Formats: sequence, structure tokens, C-alpha cells
Amino acid sequence: MPENNLSTANAETIISITGMHKWFGDFHVLKDIDLEVKQGERIVICGPSGSGKSTLIRCINRLEEHQQGTIVVDGTELTQDLKNIEIIRSEVGMVFQQFNLFPHLTVLENLTLAPIWVRKTPKAEAEEMAMQYLERVKIPEQSKKYPGQLSGGQQQRVAIARSLCMNPRIMLFDEPTSALDPEMIKEVLDVMIELAESGMTMLVVTHEMGFATAVAHRVIFMDGGEIIEANDPDNFFNNPQNDRTKLFLSQILQH
Amino acid sequence: MPNPREGACWAFILGSFEFFVYGWYPDTEKWRVNLSFILLIFAIVGVLKETLPGKKYWLWFAAAFPFIAAWLLLGGLGLQPVETSKLGGILLTIIIGVTGISFSLPIGIVLALGRRSNMPALKTVCVLFIEFIRGVPLITLLFVASTMLTYFLPPGSTFDLLMRVLIMVTLFSSAYIAEVVRGGLQGLPPGQYEAADSLGLTYWKAHRLIILPQALKISIPGIVNTFIGLFKDTTLVLIIGMMDIVGLGRARLNDPYWLGLAGELYLFIAIFFFICCFSMSRYSINLENKLSTGRRD
Repeated sequence: MPENNLSTANAETIISITGMHKWFGDFHVLKDIDLEVKQGERIVICGPSGSGKSTLIRCINRLEEHQQGTIVVDGTELTQDLKNIEIIRSEVGMVFQQFNLFPHLTVLENLTLAPIWVRKTPKAEAEEMAMQYLERVKIPEQSKKYPGQLSGGQQQRVAIARSLCMNPRIMLFDEPTSALDPEMIKEVLDVMIELAESGMTMLVVTHEMGFATAVAHRVIFMDGGEIIEANDPDNFFNNPQNDRTKLFLSQILQH
Repeated sequence: MPNPREGACWAFILGSFEFFVYGWYPDTEKWRVNLSFILLIFAIVGVLKETLPGKKYWLWFAAAFPFIAAWLLLGGLGLQPVETSKLGGILLTIIIGVTGISFSLPIGIVLALGRRSNMPALKTVCVLFIEFIRGVPLITLLFVASTMLTYFLPPGSTFDLLMRVLIMVTLFSSAYIAEVVRGGLQGLPPGQYEAADSLGLTYWKAHRLIILPQALKISIPGIVNTFIGLFKDTTLVLIIGMMDIVGLGRARLNDPYWLGLAGELYLFIAIFFFICCFSMSRYSINLENKLSTGRRD
């Protein structure tokens, strides 16, 4: 288990979101979001569906465009400037609910593609690194297979390894276990816990409250496009302040 | 029934075979046609066979082939020039078919990407082009090529009829290819674009490495269908006076010596087209099987 009370207070700020708004057409999906993330900090974001939590982390690597406010990632501000967007995307890894592996490429090719084409890493070196990450997510023997031949849990671990191959400074997880059968959730969470222990900055949208308790420095509760409450896991679960947080926790912790 | 025949007269086909293949190509220069056919076979194998030593060079050769063939067939640069009006028969059919197929795929892909672009001007141009070309019969485009284009060209300029026809056939087919490819692009889950974006791939790299390989794979049946249609539609050039295999055959039927042998002629032409189109169809099925990467469920 990683140190929960690890102090990140002195660490440098790696993501800084101020006064950020986003609309989908007329729908105001994110309202006045302010969020500072320190280097090495692990944040779990939860909330009812439609609360804007996925949209929030998708704004951080510009899969969604915000309309107001600023987002600064690792010293680079997200604007229309494509160059900035590419820099930020190569520093920020993302893991999706539906894995989104490239089905026409083998597992190894999935992992080496971005290092070779974005980072210009020589092929042999990229493959060596890819195999190291496959060892780390415990499926090196699957490297020659295609994603369609793997189980959901294996695919998600490949997806995590694929992001790690870019040596990102930040990892975003968008409901990484929601599309998995129950018996596969643990193998993915184990990989994520191991990653947390290595000191990676992580923003995780998930309903896995056990994971939040175990690894998060901060748990953020969102509802209706706003950050309602943010606290360390201990206080968040045992002493929630806001009524909406209490209601949400009572609903998900009931069973 | 006046004088029913006992059986087919294949001497007609055999005797005219050389004429059907080469048209009026000068006898002493026929080796250039033969060489072009052989190079064509190499180019096709180079493109279609996945595992070849030095695959990259085969592809370069295939890309250069249309220009090499144009030089071989039309002459110039040390070869005796041959006018395009001497081209005919199977040679002409294959020239139009191969040119249309090899140029309409890349143009069609670019049009499909343009139609999905976020840039309004580019998108409008592509939509207008595709919708206009698809809304007009090929015949009218061919008539435009044969007659009207000369009105728009500076007086006295000669712009070869074959060249005009090739451009029209290619544009016609690329509009259809564009729509087939667009269907393939839309068939991809949005997650594929997002995954490519999140890894920091640029638009062109994402399309080249992730999006197009998958979209084209989905589009194979539609693309091959369009190619087969295009290949058979080459016979329409007969109407503007170009002598493809059908045109030559009909001309020869008027020869008093070969009167009344239409059955043999059309059977021969049908077999020729069937072999070409059926091969394309079989290859596409073969390719689809090879590209399927398996599903666990």
C-alpha cells in the first residue's frame, strides 16, 4: 500500500485549472472548475453519471475543448495552438473505459507506435521498453497477439502499458474498470496501485471506493458540473460535509 | 431458319486476336505493349502480395508504373511516338481501367478526408465535387470530355482525347471511392481517434497509422465493387468514338468476311471481363480474410 498521508504540499504544481467552463451546445457541463494538482498527487474523482467528471479529465488532454478559463499542464497552457496540444498530449497518458487499443496492430505494435512515431525512438529500443512495461503489467507472453484475442482485463493492462511507453508525467484514467467483468477488475486495479506506488501523478475517474481509500491523496466529488467537495479519503468517506456528497456515498456504499 | 450454323466459329476470335489486343498499334513496336503488360503484372504483384523481399521498392515501382507505361506506349524520349488514336482493344480497356483504379483510390481517400474536415472551405469544395460527379451519368462526363472541354481550352491547343477521358473516368470513380471510404471512416469507433490523439499523434500520423488502415479494411468490399463497376464502364468510351475491345469487335463484325459472328464475339468479350472482374472479387475476399485479426468472443 502506498503512503496515504504522503505530503505533496511542497511539490510543484503540475496541473492548474482556473475558472474553467465548458458547454455542450446549450448544456453547461462544467461550471467554474478550479483545480490544482501537485506533482505525484493521486486524485480520485467520483460522482453520479452525467456530473461532468469524465469531461473534466478529457479537457486536460484536449479531447474536449473548454470555452472559458485556463488549463495549464506542466507549464504549457492549453489553447488553440496545435503545437502546445501535441506537447501536452505526449506528456499526459490516458486510459479509457473501452480500452481503445488499435485492433489492427499486435500488442507490441500498439505499445511501440507512439514512441516510434511521436518520440522518434529507434524501433529496437522502443520494443525493449515495451517489453519492460508488458512485464510490469504482467502479460509479456501476449506481445505477439492482437487485442481482439485478449480478455478485457488483459486489454486494459495493455492500454495502461501503452500509455506508460510514452513516459508520461501524468496519467488520466477514465473509468478504467467500468467495462470489465468483476473478476478482472482486481488485476487492473493491482496494476494501477503498483503505478501509484511508483509516484506517478494520477487522476482517476472511478467508482472503486476501495481503490480511492487505498491510494488517493484527495477524493473529489462532482455533481451537476461542479466540484462539490474535495478532501483526503479518510475525511471524505467518514466525515462528508455536503448533503449531496452524503447522499451519493450512502447510495454507493450501501451494498 | 436460314442456314443454321453447326457450331461456333472460333477462327474469328483467333484470327482477330492480335487486333483485339493491340488495336492499331504499329507492328514493329508491339514489344512495347508486351513489355508494358509484363511490367503491369509485376506492379500488381508488387502491390498486392504482402510479403515480398524489398516490398518498399516494389511499391515505388508500382507508383512509377503508370508513368513508365505511358512513356513505353506513347513513345518520346528516344522511343518512336505512337498517337493515342492507334490505341485500341484490350490494350485501351486496360489503360483506362488501370489508370482509373490506381488514381481514383488516392484521390478518393483525400476527398473523403476533406469531406470530414473541420475546415469549412475544404469541406464545401469536397462535398460539391462529390455530389456533382455522383449526380451526373458517366456518359455525360465523357461527352463533356470529348466535345465541350475544347470550348474551355485556349484555341488551337490540343489536349489529347484519351487524356481527357482518363481524367473524367478517374474523377468519376474517385467520387464513388470517396463515399465508400467515408463510410469506412464513420464505421470506426470514436475511441480510435481519441486514443490516437491522446498519444500525441498528429492528424496525418493518426490517419496513416491508425485510422486509414482500419477504415480501408472495412471499405474493401465497397472499393472493389467500385473498381469492378469502373472496369466494366470503360466500355462506354465506345460512344465517344474510342475503340476499346467492344468497339473493335463491333467494327470487325462489319467485315464481310466475318458477318454474323456476334455470338462468338460477345462471348469472348464477356469471358475477358469476367476473368478480370472475378479475379478482383476473389482477391478482395482473400484480402479480407487475411486482414481479420480475430475476435475472442
